[in-house]
Amino acid sequence: MPAITFIHPDGKSERVEISGGESAMEAATRHGLDGILAECGGNAMCATCHVYIDDAWLARLPDMADDEDALLDGTAAERRPTSRLSCQIKITPALDGLVVKLPERQV
Amino acid sequence: MTASGSPVSTGSVSVPHLDVDPFDMNFFADPYPTHQRLREAGPVVYLDTWNVYGVARYAEVHAVLSDPATFCSSRGVGLSDFKKETPWRPPSLILEADPPAHTRTRAVLSKVLSPTVMKQVRDRFAAAAEERVDALLDKRSFDAIAELAEAYPLSIFPDALGLKPEGREHLIPYASVVFNAFGPPNELRQEAIARSAPHQAYVAEQCQRDNLAPGGFGAGIHACVDDGEITAAEAPLLVRSLLSAGLDTTVNGIGAAVYCLARFPDQWQRLRGDHSLARNAFEEAVRFESPVQTFFRTTTRDVELSGAQIGEGEKVLMFLAAANRDPRRWDKPDSYDITRRTFGHVGFGSGIHMCVGQLVARLEGEVMLTALAQRIAKIEISGEPKRRFNNTLRGLDSLPVTITPA
Repeated sequence: MPAITFIHPDGKSERVEISGGESAMEAATRHGLDGILAECGGNAMCATCHVYIDDAWLARLPDMADDEDALLDGTAAERRPTSRLSCQIKITPALDGLVVKLPERQV
Repeated sequence: MTASGSPVSTGSVSVPHLDVDPFDMNFFADPYPTHQRLREAGPVVYLDTWNVYGVARYAEVHAVLSDPATFCSSRGVGLSDFKKETPWRPPSLILEADPPAHTRTRAVLSKVLSPTVMKQVRDRFAAAAEERVDALLDKRSFDAIAELAEAYPLSIFPDALGLKPEGREHLIPYASVVFNAFGPPNELRQEAIARSAPHQAYVAEQCQRDNLAPGGFGAGIHACVDDGEITAAEAPLLVRSLLSAGLDTTVNGIGAAVYCLARFPDQWQRLRGDHSLARNAFEEAVRFESPVQTFFRTTTRDVELSGAQIGEGEKVLMFLAAANRDPRRWDKPDSYDITRRTFGHVGFGSGIHMCVGQLVARLEGEVMLTALAQRIAKIEISGEPKRRFNNTLRGLDSLPVTITPA
């Protein structure tokens, strides 16, 4: 079962196992992880599941769609070149071991 | 559940017929026992009063919301089937539309009400909330519906939209017609439509480009015509969607939150102790009270839903409020808990038709509850709350309260 690691702003890390076909956001919320709000429930509307992708993984992610790009302009914490919405990242076996950092805030 | 495609055939189950009328005054007064009856009767029920299917459990409501190709909106999200009846007004280009038509108009409204735009209006909305609470502190005793839940959105939303000052008294009555019209042809609906002409005329006029102030949400929609995203004929109808759905809903949402916090003082004290809970306290009020109680969909084909066979062209009534309190999904569903993980509630819907104005609603709710928690030590209900009856919306007509300053 693939697993990914979330690193909190205080440096604490949490490893989360992914059930088939889940997005990084779905896995985080299913595990009750603090730091991912996902207010819109994964409907790509709210930008409250913002994460920073570890540099080593960035190029291996699926491309960003226009709506995700637009939403990332509205994140509460600073947008960086590594910013993505975790609801748009489906975790495939190829992404086993993905490391993402959580922003300071989501709203 | 096999709402979409390949039936994992469990064999057909019989659909229980119920004689409940979910648009009756007695039901509106206390819908909870009936919600429970609907949930317990089965995953899919049939309501003989109006000849419609109903779903009241979380899983089935979510499944219907998630499959817009099978459960369509273009035949109306009220009881009326637009294939068989003429709608009371030209259909909404977003609410009453399916992909691909829906996709384009949805993108326009998503852009106009995006997180980026919310950042821009946030300070203004927060300052107005603080002003409103300061004014209420001078009064101490007041009606929390008229003077708070209505007065606050009215002090910001029409301006944010770019409306002229004249005629705004039509806004809430217009929305009330729209939400009553989703119901069956009962007295509420008939009376609302009979009295709707002046409200409709006002709204149609305000949706025109020349009547909308630059910089507002309305002008933002018309600007999309210049970019070729929508036509000049579509823009006014999309502005109309904001006027229909952007005010009465937040009024009921804020009213619900204040009503919850006044009824559950332990939750109020929690909020007082940690103002950062304001946003979730509002979200939980939307789950707990579900200001928008129901919506319909229409089946586009024969479909099996949790073992129940539903034919093509059938209306399916989704009990959003019942799903938001389904014990199969929620721990202690009948408790208002401002620290609850509200993720996944259907108070704003779900899927492609999920409320496009949800960010505005959350922003208004958050800044208002923050302003209240910062300035007020106690909110007490000081008179009998009065309910307002509507075929779709649940809320109060008046809520007399007395507040004590912090």
